[in-house]
Amino acid sequence: MPKYVQFFSTRWGIIGVGAFIGVFAQLLQKWGNPANMGICVACFERDMASALGLHRAAVVQYMRPEIIGFVIGSLIAAYAFKEFRSRAGSAPIVRFILGAFAMIGALVFLGCPWRAALRLAGGDWNAIFGLLGLIGGIWVGTLFLKGGYNLGRSQNTHASVGWLLPLTMLGFLVLMLIFPQVQGQDKSGVLFYSLKGPGSMHAPLLVSLIMGLIIGFLAQRSRFCTMGAIRDIILFKQAHLLSGFIALVVAAFITNLILGQFNPGFAKQPVAHTMGLWNFGGMVLAGLAFCLAEGCPGRQLFLAGEGDGDSAVFVFGMITGAGIAHNFGLASSPDGVGPYGIPAVIIGLLACLFIGFTMRKQVA
Amino acid sequence: MSTIVDAKGLSCPQPVLMTMNEIKKVKKGEIVILVDTDTSKENVSRAAMAQGWTVKGVEQEGTGYRVNISKD
Repeated sequence: MPKYVQFFSTRWGIIGVGAFIGVFAQLLQKWGNPANMGICVACFERDMASALGLHRAAVVQYMRPEIIGFVIGSLIAAYAFKEFRSRAGSAPIVRFILGAFAMIGALVFLGCPWRAALRLAGGDWNAIFGLLGLIGGIWVGTLFLKGGYNLGRSQNTHASVGWLLPLTMLGFLVLMLIFPQVQGQDKSGVLFYSLKGPGSMHAPLLVSLIMGLIIGFLAQRSRFCTMGAIRDIILFKQAHLLSGFIALVVAAFITNLILGQFNPGFAKQPVAHTMGLWNFGGMVLAGLAFCLAEGCPGRQLFLAGEGDGDSAVFVFGMITGAGIAHNFGLASSPDGVGPYGIPAVIIGLLACLFIGFTMRKQVA
Repeated sequence: MSTIVDAKGLSCPQPVLMTMNEIKKVKKGEIVILVDTDTSKENVSRAAMAQGWTVKGVEQEGTGYRVNISKD
């Protein structure tokens, strides 16, 4: 192996990481996480927004330790391999807006690309429309990339800038320890908890945290990215990241078969609706926003963990987007899209097109 | 005489896009790509090799890297 290639960035490295995530996402479901939602970056950030009271959807309130683990695990890997590099200043407001609309689109579908893959592996055929939408949105994004779209350069900066999101995540963990869930109560100190619904379903805190840390560590090393998987195959015909994403689906599918968690069909799938057009449309918006922001929601967490302050802004954009989506009826439910979900998707697409068309100046 | 592609401060996929554009332009010879993350270093190397170019060396430069690629 040449010296400029480390194991996790090889084909087998990325396949191994994808398979690991696929297996343990399904085990997290067995250990308590919601169905077909062993890991969902969008849903979990939405649950965290609600745990903080940024929106008050009673069924989705939980400070997900997996997300905290993703960021801290990546931080640990970045320091262990001398890759922590604090940088910021590449169009932060654009990243914030893209994060918010990515979340709004994902919540119309009900899942991020990770969950779309896990839903498919669980037999939820509605996910096919979501994945097709994701591919469509990323394809539009690649047209902008070919046309010179870019977010501009970041600058190296003080280490503390890169530490802000990891410290925020550690703060969330401290809040969970100070204000643990109290049986039968929906509030503990400053944190909200769900008594029923997906927010009430979670693996034990320590299990979730450790799994998050391991996945964060591995994903930082392998650069695992679900959006990049599809983008690179369209843009460069390069299947490196895609092999990791496919490994995730295959491993999750096999694990589901073994655990008896595979239930094929369209109707009555867990935390899902059957409005195909808007499963597709929501993910077109999310896919385009992820592509313009240069990373899937998981990758943004891992980048933030290795010091990227702009990815941290995207994460806060997503958390804010979750608050907007649930406060104003944009998010879907198992009954279908929310009252304002469809106009929100259209506005989001227009915003992404505006960004894509106007940020095409060649970099200096 | 090598051309220099300055991709410092740009995130994925920009360094690879810029490298591919330069490869298409010069067809052969030497290209030096300046990047500042390990991810970009790996991605640029992988993309160059997929195009039949050889990664001649990677040098640390400041907080980033100089990736030297060539094709005869």
